[in-house]
Amino acid sequence: MAFAAAGKLPKFSSLKLDSSALPEAGIANATIVAPEPGKSLVEVERDILDKNNRLAERNRGYFEAKGIAAFNLVSSPGSGKTSILERTLSECGLQTDFYVIEGDQQTARDAERIAACGAPVVQVNTGKGCHLEANMVHQALRQLNPSEGSIVFIENVGNLVCPSMFDLGESKRVVVISITEGEDKPLKYPDMFRTAQLCLINKMDLLPYLKFDLDALKRYARQVNPELTFIELSATTGQGMEQWYAWIKEQQLNPHSVSLDI
Amino acid sequence: MHELSIIHSIIETVEATVQKRGGAVQVECVYLQIGRLAGVEVENIEFLWPAAIQDTLLEGAACAIERIAGEAVCLDCQTDYAVHNYFDPCPACGSFWKEVKAGEELKIKSIEICAQPADAVAMGIN
Repeated sequence: MAFAAAGKLPKFSSLKLDSSALPEAGIANATIVAPEPGKSLVEVERDILDKNNRLAERNRGYFEAKGIAAFNLVSSPGSGKTSILERTLSECGLQTDFYVIEGDQQTARDAERIAACGAPVVQVNTGKGCHLEANMVHQALRQLNPSEGSIVFIENVGNLVCPSMFDLGESKRVVVISITEGEDKPLKYPDMFRTAQLCLINKMDLLPYLKFDLDALKRYARQVNPELTFIELSATTGQGMEQWYAWIKEQQLNPHSVSLDI
Repeated sequence: MHELSIIHSIIETVEATVQKRGGAVQVECVYLQIGRLAGVEVENIEFLWPAAIQDTLLEGAACAIERIAGEAVCLDCQTDYAVHNYFDPCPACGSFWKEVKAGEELKIKSIEICAQPADAVAMGIN
């Protein structure tokens, strides 16, 4: 199915204009098409994700005002986000107030696992949606009402593509990759690794049994995002978890961050 | 497939723009700018567009997408270069540290509208 009314646009012979292919015309000229009689061109000049970005900034302001550190956990399905959270809540739950927003297309299974650890949790089911958006987090926060100085984990829908585009207002974005996935994931899914500040490398206990090139993973990820930091851990055995807790504590002391430039 | 969310955002913005002008117009075309590094598959937008705009104020509107090529400046040697992927190194010094200057656009530039005939408006036909 092609675009409707494509033929009505005499100056757009192709609907996919590339400014690099128009050295003379340039971007501005390509967009300003002289309207036909009776028609007019209305300038909009607005970011498509403007509404989400504004809501995300509202969430960010809420977090900052209450001294809350909020982390957006993203990964492909099955990387171990929920397992990492379970262990974190069990081992640190007494020292800090944790709140969790769980994003999944269906079921409340993850929320039940988190609730069993004693943390207040809201499950957001996105239905056909493949990612969380800022308004969903906003609604969830109204239910959770997290306390001052607490930590809010937002476990995004397992998907290495779509969640990268949607700022939720988090303080930091944490991408989880497990070593049962390919080490070239950062090159295949660069947007996710580019927009994260921390990369948790999970399932490290399986390293002896796998052909996984840890150095290559880090090298590829740094090609996409030279500023990315890594923590190697295993939610099953607990190795490396102390480093993760230390990172969380560091963020808790200084949760305010600039907005993600996405 | 986040492109459906993208289209819904476009519909929301365009409907708000049209409603501000009284609503009695036909949207002929929506002009978008989508950078090559923006993380959006234009093919998916094309595929979803006709179905997504049904029963909205955009029904029947075309969508013209201008692609913007990726450009970056190297943060180590200040060389300007074309970026096709985020992991492209600087061709001069090999550094991956870059500031992306263009190619991340995700924007509604303008819309082309056509006033509906006055009698259609008077009869409340949209």
